[in-house]
Amino acid sequence: MNTVEGVESETIGLGQQQGEHGVDQYLTFIMGDDEYGVDILCVQEIRGWENTTPIPNAPPFVKGVINLRGTIVPIIDIRQCFNMEETSYGPLTVVIVLRATHDVGSRTIGIVVDAVSDVHSFNEEDLHAPPSLGESLNTSYIKGLAQAGSNMVILLDIDKALNFDELLSFDEEKKTDGSVEM
Amino acid sequence: MSIDMEQFHQVFFEESLEGLDIMEASLMELQEGQADSEIVNSIFRAAHSIKGGSATFGFSAVADFTHVLETLLDEVRQKTRDITTEIIELLLQSVDCLRDQMSALEQGESADSAQSHELKASFMKILESGNEAPASSTATDASPTISEGWTIYFKPEADIVKSGNEPLRMFRELAQLGTLSTVANLDALPSFNELAPENCYLYWELELHGSDISEAQIKEAFEWVEDESEIRITAIDAASEVSATTDSESEDESDPTNDDKPSGSALSEVPKSTSFSKRESASIRVGVDKIDELINTVGELVITQSMLSAVGQDFQMDQLTRLQEGLNQLAQNTRELQESVMRIRMLPISVSFNRYPRMIRDLSNQLDKKVELVLVGEQTELDKTVLEKIGDPLTHLVRNSMDHGIETPAERLLSGKSETGTITLKASHQGGNIVIEIIDDGKGLDRERILEKAIEKGLQEPGDKLSDEQIYQLVFKAGFSTADVVSDVSGRGVGMDVVRRNIHELGGTISIQSIQGVGSTITIRLPLTLAILDGQLAKVADQIFVFPLVSIIESMEMRGVEVSKAAGGCDLIKLRDEYIPIVYLTEVFGISTQPVILHESLLVVVESNNEKIGVVIDDLLSQQQIVIKSLEENYQKVKGISGATILGDGRVALIADIGELIRLSGTTHLKKLRAGDNFIPADPQAA
Repeated sequence: MNTVEGVESETIGLGQQQGEHGVDQYLTFIMGDDEYGVDILCVQEIRGWENTTPIPNAPPFVKGVINLRGTIVPIIDIRQCFNMEETSYGPLTVVIVLRATHDVGSRTIGIVVDAVSDVHSFNEEDLHAPPSLGESLNTSYIKGLAQAGSNMVILLDIDKALNFDELLSFDEEKKTDGSVEM
Repeated sequence: MSIDMEQFHQVFFEESLEGLDIMEASLMELQEGQADSEIVNSIFRAAHSIKGGSATFGFSAVADFTHVLETLLDEVRQKTRDITTEIIELLLQSVDCLRDQMSALEQGESADSAQSHELKASFMKILESGNEAPASSTATDASPTISEGWTIYFKPEADIVKSGNEPLRMFRELAQLGTLSTVANLDALPSFNELAPENCYLYWELELHGSDISEAQIKEAFEWVEDESEIRITAIDAASEVSATTDSESEDESDPTNDDKPSGSALSEVPKSTSFSKRESASIRVGVDKIDELINTVGELVITQSMLSAVGQDFQMDQLTRLQEGLNQLAQNTRELQESVMRIRMLPISVSFNRYPRMIRDLSNQLDKKVELVLVGEQTELDKTVLEKIGDPLTHLVRNSMDHGIETPAERLLSGKSETGTITLKASHQGGNIVIEIIDDGKGLDRERILEKAIEKGLQEPGDKLSDEQIYQLVFKAGFSTADVVSDVSGRGVGMDVVRRNIHELGGTISIQSIQGVGSTITIRLPLTLAILDGQLAKVADQIFVFPLVSIIESMEMRGVEVSKAAGGCDLIKLRDEYIPIVYLTEVFGISTQPVILHESLLVVVESNNEKIGVVIDDLLSQQQIVIKSLEENYQKVKGISGATILGDGRVALIADIGELIRLSGTTHLKKLRAGDNFIPADPQAA
């Protein structure tokens, strides 16, 4: 009813593309001024933003759940995970549906991004380790940095970045901190 | 030609476990000295097919073990041996042992276990002793005397080859057992003119050397031809010598099993639960009638579909009634299809009940109590998933009834009851629920003791006045146990809380009624199926929530209803004779910052676990059947929500978990109390 018109038909199916030997393909997307990349084999589909059903008492970065052909899929605003500014969602906002594996299985999760950018191939040598930023910033979910033309692409380790158990416990910490201030 | 045998393993395991269930149930029916041939035959058949299967799949440990079993059973079947309690006990233990072996094999481990060796030795001992008893000639025939070697005289009928049997192949099979030498006798060979090329005129004298060859193994090679041939099997060595050595061997090994039987049975109890948990994801057996029904329904669906597409192809407005008719039919077909499919998942509860006669038997020996088990309504069907998950909690409750409920025979006589206690397991359908009752006529729950213990363990503040119901609920708290001595059976205080949690996970409730000195009844209510429920859609702020229809007692307008405030910031309304706490969903779920306008709202009174709350909602929408989808699959458990569903328009709606809402309502009241304000949403950020 409230879904954005025509969004479903625009869904792009991405086949399982096997990269050449030693070369991994990454789907890159834009958030703010930065370009991020995820392993293309994790990507299930790309769809437009549609209204979600909010989950009670969920942390703010969990936008709710949607119906993905009969499966209930949570949608996460990755900007809020990374402490970036919130933006309003429009017809051009894109949701990338990813499959992230965790200890005992895998989860299908959608992430809200500003726009999908490109598909790049990177060799393993092309990846640079993220600079150590001390304890102030957790960089474990960054797989590496790569150069695509003149842009730097931040490659995310989806399994780590979308680990709910960690994300939510992190949120709990924030919450308890907040209540102390109160 | 190579066939991947692995693909059949699962089927074999399932069939074997089924066979073991049959064996167990039949063994329970066997009485000492009364070898009902029908029962013995069914046990024998089960053992035989397990043996055959395990030999085919190369599980030699199982095959060897069942072989000994089978030999003994064969003697019983031939009436050359009386069935004794000892034999029944041993057979029951071997059923357990085989179950363990199966679950070991299923997990790719070796099935060779010390237990099986011990049991095997005990069987051998019995078999040996049987030889000396005045058994008839067939007994010696079937006994598995182990000897150095055998001579076999084999004279087949002339037309053996026509029946598809080839002596050469049998000899090859024998040659696998040991070293085989054959002497063919040609003296029956006719002159060339009379010779029919398709007949077999030869007969053989075979010598088979090798240790550990039993007579039955040899017989097996000739299994197909034994009726049509003359077969004589004789041991080469003096049998007495051999049997003497096996005798002494078996005595050494069998003694420990016989002496500490309780520990043996306790041992077998532990791995049993693991094997049950393993079986959860296995396949399901469905009766042909159910499949036929399904096919019929699908057939009708296809007809409706073609009718509708015919209408749709060239649609004119005057066909509208036909279209509506078709759609109605489609709705009906869909419902029928849904029901048929659900019925496939339904199994009779006897699948779960059948393990209790055995358990009661073992436990009554262990506890020195006399108990009779009565099963009522075993044919009640319920969803396979529910059935599997209810097994362990039920077991626990039955054990509890045995241990805490039923008194010792002496105590029972003192209180004027019959010596034998009764435990009744009763299953029935009530509306959309299945109700399982565990009734015992034991001493009942001791109100004072429970309260005392609860206070002692810090689970309950002293001085509170509690109703019976509330006191019985204390039993379900973690860490609670009234048993004075921690026994094997119960008393560790883990359990009842787990039982309750398991049942809650299934969307069910559990309650206790008890009269001291007369007995107690534990009632479990479970939804028939986990996949579909009748739901009432309700609007709260701009969201839609689903309430399970079964838990709704009534709904009413809030206009004109007086809301009183109880101590602790809890709002109450008086509904007839009861005070019911009110829960604001907006608050519990942190939905909206708008204050609730009470007199425009509706109140849905819901019940779980005999507790009632009133839930304030904005509007009631339609009632419909909803398919439950997991939230946890891709997200995680959300408090107060049992799952999600997809509405007709494709939107997701969340299903309220009534039991948890009741608990949550308690904590939000506390929160409000601390905040000192009635209308602060629980979490404004999440709005």
